[in-house]
Amino acid sequence: MFPAAGKATVTVLERLGHGVDFPKEQTCCGQMHLNSGYPDDARRLAERFVDVFGEYDAVVSPSSSCVGTVRELYRGALGLEHPVLGKVFELSQFLVDELGVDDVGAAFPHRVAYHPTCHSLRLTRVGEAPLRLLRNVEGLELVDVPRAEECCGFGGTFSSKNADVSSAMLADKCAAIEETGADYCTALDGSCLLHIGGGLSRRGASARPIHLAEILASR
Amino acid sequence: MRSPAESFPAAARRELADVQLRTNLRRATDTIRDKRERVVSELDDWQALRDAGSAAKVDVLANLEEYLLQFEAAVTASGGHVHWARDAAEACAVVAEVAQRHGADSVVKMKSLTTDEIELNDALAREGIDALETDFAELILQLDGDWPSHILVPAIHRNRTEIRDLFARTIAPGIVSDEPRDLAEAARRYLRERFLSAQVGVSGANFGVAETGTICIVESEGNGRMCTTLPPVLVTILGIEKLLPTFADLEVFLQLLPRSSTGERMNPYTSLWTGVTPGDGPEELHVVLLDNGRTRVLADEVGRQALHCIRCSACLNVCPVYSRTGGHAYGSVYPGPIGAILTPQLIGIEKAPTLPFASSLCGACYEVCPVKIDIPTVLLHLRARANEVKAGRLEQLAFRGAGWFMRGRRRFAAAERLARIGLRLRRLPGPLAAWTSSRDLPGAPEKSFRETVE
Repeated sequence: MFPAAGKATVTVLERLGHGVDFPKEQTCCGQMHLNSGYPDDARRLAERFVDVFGEYDAVVSPSSSCVGTVRELYRGALGLEHPVLGKVFELSQFLVDELGVDDVGAAFPHRVAYHPTCHSLRLTRVGEAPLRLLRNVEGLELVDVPRAEECCGFGGTFSSKNADVSSAMLADKCAAIEETGADYCTALDGSCLLHIGGGLSRRGASARPIHLAEILASR
Repeated sequence: MRSPAESFPAAARRELADVQLRTNLRRATDTIRDKRERVVSELDDWQALRDAGSAAKVDVLANLEEYLLQFEAAVTASGGHVHWARDAAEACAVVAEVAQRHGADSVVKMKSLTTDEIELNDALAREGIDALETDFAELILQLDGDWPSHILVPAIHRNRTEIRDLFARTIAPGIVSDEPRDLAEAARRYLRERFLSAQVGVSGANFGVAETGTICIVESEGNGRMCTTLPPVLVTILGIEKLLPTFADLEVFLQLLPRSSTGERMNPYTSLWTGVTPGDGPEELHVVLLDNGRTRVLADEVGRQALHCIRCSACLNVCPVYSRTGGHAYGSVYPGPIGAILTPQLIGIEKAPTLPFASSLCGACYEVCPVKIDIPTVLLHLRARANEVKAGRLEQLAFRGAGWFMRGRRRFAAAERLARIGLRLRRLPGPLAAWTSSRDLPGAPEKSFRETVE
């Protein structure tokens, strides 16, 4: 769905000298099933995840909600235990907390609003990692979004099951982003960006969604 | 207990259309949220307090029978009468019987969610007994035939001009000012006489101490103090989960509750009483221990943490869903995130199957909960239970089908190609149409990431 974020992740990791492998048997972590009340289907996908990734030193993903699902909810909600689950990292967290890198040598001369997605903030708990990376991007002007920590209204199937509430939340989020005059809105989750980007486009706003990995890959 | 009359999405749609409501709500929830943030951040040991509060509640629920019997013995020994009520009807019957025995055709009440839950006022009315709400906001709602939309601030959906107009029509003919002080004065004049003449007072409870039989109420207006001390007879109704093991546990909870609910370091009125004391307060005390579905909640290993709730309403004030829809959309006396997990468990998931889905799973509620109820996890658990009883066949098939596609590499790649076609559309078909009602699709990438790699 979002090939640019995947490609950019590989670019950044390789630039830092790491070997990246894409296990082709991987599919989906099962977050959608788990969050929608289908834990049995989610469990089968979780078991598949462990089969595919079980032997790796580190598993890196540019999606905080997928990482949160695997690292926190496989155990918490599905009762699944495996050593690899503790080695699954969201990209910015991996760069800053695991590799100790907060400058990846990127340049991106634009005004950027960072949206802290709910899962990156409260489930995956990435903390300051993405902001530290963004502050070191050459030419990038980081702007503050009012009520930044409030949900954009995506919430997976919530966005269609409760479309009216979701749209009301989205309208407020888009207005807050527009207010900053940002050229781009960035985040750690493609799904929230799809939602926010779709809302900005419908409003005719000039701000565009972009994944953090794509900014870090730019130079 | 009342069941939601309609699905959450349908009720939410109607409430969202009320612009005045959204403005009132936003202003009020923002104010309380900011106050809470300030007073919580000044305590270094806040997380330790949350841990202690959670541990006390885990202990109470694990040993509930023992604590309830201990509480009953302590209340009885200090001169009170304990009644056990399996459900709303039994609880209401106790109150009606006490009132009738004292020849009272009216009672004064302090704000109590538990009495709202059992619809006590309606039950008493059927027996010819008039129940007067004495909390300022509850009085407003009662005068207007409306019902609460927030746990702590029941009339949060009303502003002062609306209240002035209501008072002019009812208890204060001719009032022109909508200044808070003047509105409060009008209510005070109306209520004072009732307090002094009432034979029976009715209250809920914030905490019951098993060790001593002490009952604790915290409040802001002082009307609760009057209800519990002026009438010669007092009936207190408390849910069985409201117990604390020891008096010393109040030290933790009297810090957690006011800071989380009103954003105050301490609430203005804290009342504690143990049985009856001759010449001081009520001469007769009745304590009703209410189950009304709670033991059913207790039987659910994941869901039972909803019974930790101390009704602070911090989760409502931070919830992005609640702050858009207000409490009425939840169709229950327990609105917001806590309502979304408590209501379906108390009345049965089949009677409120859409409530566990009334959340974007943003997790803000869990972060602020003073007793660490993991609301998102309970929501997931209840979603699965709701699907077992209520999910449409089409949805079940769609999820099963999606799961099948995701369990094979080639199948998954094929599904990705299909999704790329979908991204080119301007309007999505079927149940996905809700997405394109307010959002554009980004257009399709040439190749998926997988295709690039392969």
